[in-house]
Amino acid sequence: MQYSLLIQAFEPTEEEIPEEAMEPMKVAFDLYAKELDAAGVLVSADILARSDVTTTVTMRGGTLKVHDGPFANTREQLGGTFVVDVPDLDAAIAWAQKCPAAQYGSIEIRPSAITFTGGQWVYA
Amino acid sequence: MGLRVNAEARAEQVARASYGRLIAILAAPTGDIALAEDALGDAFEKALSGWPVAGVPRNPEAWLLTVARNRQRDVYRSAAHRLAAPLDEAVLQLPRTATGPVPGGADDPDVVAIPDRRLALMFVCAHPAVEPGIRTALMLQTVLGFEARQIAAAFVVPEAAMAQRLVRAKRRIKEARIPFSVPSAVELPARLPAVLEAVYGAYAIDWQPVSAVAERDSLAAEALYLANTLAELLPDEPEALGLAALLSYSSARAGARSGPDGRFVPLDEQRTELWDAGLIASGERLLKRAHALGRVGRFQLEASIQSVHCARARTGATDWRALRLLTAALVTVAPTLGARVSLAAVIAETEGPRAGLAALDGIEGAERFQPAWATRAHLLTAAGDSEQAALAYTKAISLTTDAPTRDYLAEGSAASRGVFSRARPDVRPRE
Repeated sequence: MQYSLLIQAFEPTEEEIPEEAMEPMKVAFDLYAKELDAAGVLVSADILARSDVTTTVTMRGGTLKVHDGPFANTREQLGGTFVVDVPDLDAAIAWAQKCPAAQYGSIEIRPSAITFTGGQWVYA
Repeated sequence: MGLRVNAEARAEQVARASYGRLIAILAAPTGDIALAEDALGDAFEKALSGWPVAGVPRNPEAWLLTVARNRQRDVYRSAAHRLAAPLDEAVLQLPRTATGPVPGGADDPDVVAIPDRRLALMFVCAHPAVEPGIRTALMLQTVLGFEARQIAAAFVVPEAAMAQRLVRAKRRIKEARIPFSVPSAVELPARLPAVLEAVYGAYAIDWQPVSAVAERDSLAAEALYLANTLAELLPDEPEALGLAALLSYSSARAGARSGPDGRFVPLDEQRTELWDAGLIASGERLLKRAHALGRVGRFQLEASIQSVHCARARTGATDWRALRLLTAALVTVAPTLGARVSLAAVIAETEGPRAGLAALDGIEGAERFQPAWATRAHLLTAAGDSEQAALAYTKAISLTTDAPTRDYLAEGSAASRGVFSRARPDVRPRE
């Protein structure tokens, strides 16, 4: 069963986090990803760039609209994703609670409904 | 150069031994821990620059206290502070200490004796009005002088977040006027458990299976130091003695918990010659004193259970009947999931795996509890139900986030399927 662990956290400005404060968190995320990998459950991991470099594209109104910035400006932003392949929700919770981001944000666990693997869509 | 090194070494020695004692005294009159920390930090800085030149004062602790108090008073007298808050009566009552060139000299009244108020400080840190999640960190900072950076690393929390939580807790202590006092004999039974929990918390984070291993090992030592301090300050409280005994036994076995390849080694497979005999002996002494006081409690029971396990170093065998009684008593006093799973494992040893499985079935809320699944897998294997055992192993492994324990369970799983045999697969909660 595939789950996305979605990191939702308040996004500080660049000045608010000095480089040396980032270092221990980099180490923590490095260890976390390696533990997931060693357990054979990691599908992919991404830490996203700041939300203000987002570009939003829509054809909803009939014409192309390219808009600078995220779709909605909220206090909490999607900060990264860990996609894991584990047997059930209990295992996903066990891993989510170990995510370093759980200490300052929250982790949304969202199961995949259909995944594109081996050249076709596969229902979970 | 020798003088400088000596003075610096002396300053560090004093810092380690008396940080909490000085903070407790400096913060008590006003409840302002942050200011006490600033003032003491300032005094240490002056010591590091002044002692190499002027020599180490006869009573370094008194010197630091005097310099820090003067600094506190300067802050309270400053116009900015007066505008921010009216000068408090407690501040006016701050002892007038000598402001001469050599505080801490023979004529300094503080030289006589600096009282130990760390116990009051520990009760402040674990006060019901202080959020439980920050109590351990607060104690590590105020009593032992840890920096937010070190505490954050041990808890795997961003430094800024940890610093902010600590600042918030200290502000609350000051603004809510939490008293710097040891609760009376009447209040003590209600207030002591939170202090014990906070000290235990410094040890228990050692068991969270995500990395940052180095910091955690050092914190286990600090937890033992805090527990011993608490036992010294409360010599007639059996649970304080019991906690110190528990941490002594547990620390004694630290070196035997993993093999040379980092492999997880469960308690009953540990090589007893790797256990620290000195720490076990100190656990025994503490536990004997606790029992003599005749009031049993959770930490004494946990220590007694450890004591039975440690006796294997002497007797070569584990007394499961004693463990059965002690663990049942522990479940009565503190029915945590961990204790209940332990009891099921011990029942399996004394009454067979089926009885253990029945006990496991009776535990509610253990659906996501990894030790329950690991124990179930082991007991199903012992009962000869390899099909169910395989399912339980798979579930236990899926809930395990640290590699050594997962490898250990995978070995047990393979053994239960007859792929290869091992002496006796077993996982106990918290081992």
